[in-house]
Amino acid sequence: MLAAATVDAGWYLGLGAVLFSVGAVGLLVRRNPLVMFMCVELMLNAVNLTFVTFARRLDDVGGQVVVFFVLVVAAAEVVVGLGIIVAILRRRPGTTADDVSLLRG
Amino acid sequence: MIEALVFAVAAMVVLGGAFGVILSRNPVHSALSLVATLFGIAVLFVAQEAHFLAAVQVIVYAGAIVVLFLFVIMLLGVDRAEDLDTEPLTGQRPAAILAGVVLAGALVAVVVTSTITGAPRSGTAVDQDASNVAQLGRLLFTDHLFAFEATSVLLVIAVVGAVLLARGRQGAAIDEDEPVTELGRVDADADADADGDGVEDRR
Repeated sequence: MLAAATVDAGWYLGLGAVLFSVGAVGLLVRRNPLVMFMCVELMLNAVNLTFVTFARRLDDVGGQVVVFFVLVVAAAEVVVGLGIIVAILRRRPGTTADDVSLLRG
Repeated sequence: MIEALVFAVAAMVVLGGAFGVILSRNPVHSALSLVATLFGIAVLFVAQEAHFLAAVQVIVYAGAIVVLFLFVIMLLGVDRAEDLDTEPLTGQRPAAILAGVVLAGALVAVVVTSTITGAPRSGTAVDQDASNVAQLGRLLFTDHLFAFEATSVLLVIAVVGAVLLARGRQGAAIDEDEPVTELGRVDADADADADGDGVEDRR
């Protein structure tokens, strides 16, 4: 814990907050479903960084275990999400998020 | 001192990559910027003594997930530049940026004005002597065993779902150009040529 004094936890939390906001803006602004998906990954990583920061600051390994589960859920999410994107884009190439506004076309 | 330097460099890489993801016109460039962000996060994990998670971050995220993204981009051939100048919804982009700035400002304000208190520790203390992997493993297979087993079920469901989605469905059409003979049913011949190029699709 000697290194803890040099960089305050607030810097890590602030970076996580900014990263989360950048991901949120990207999700709202971009229309390519693949890029929107990458923005979700950015937001997940911001939250992971926050969890690890709190795990170290509060001296509890539980925070790192939560990050482990987030990684597993993110992997499953990417597999299913990309499957859906492939299924849609294979039928209609060049589809953006605006074109798939109906659950049943 | 060294940690401050590592933090500054890693933070710049993380934010540069994040802005690269949302500003690149080409999805391939976005995916490569995402690698920079994920790598910077891994460096910050190491700086905070989460060594196992840093390794998993590089192997699973930067390795598997980004490669999966690139594979899908190449498979679908959507690696052409996107037109970012036209706004599909008028006023949505400034509104989104304003909302993002407000969100970032609010979150940073919370971080700056409050002190970290936290609940009394319920889990295991970070043990400086034991390795990070051993600690995580012990916790995972004792306190969080049920959640760990549940994630294995989740992964199986995800695999089955991915196979089902990729296989191509018989039945309900998702394309409005396809002739629909009756509600939710597609004529067998039309379904065989779903993309309408006159050639029967390979199943």
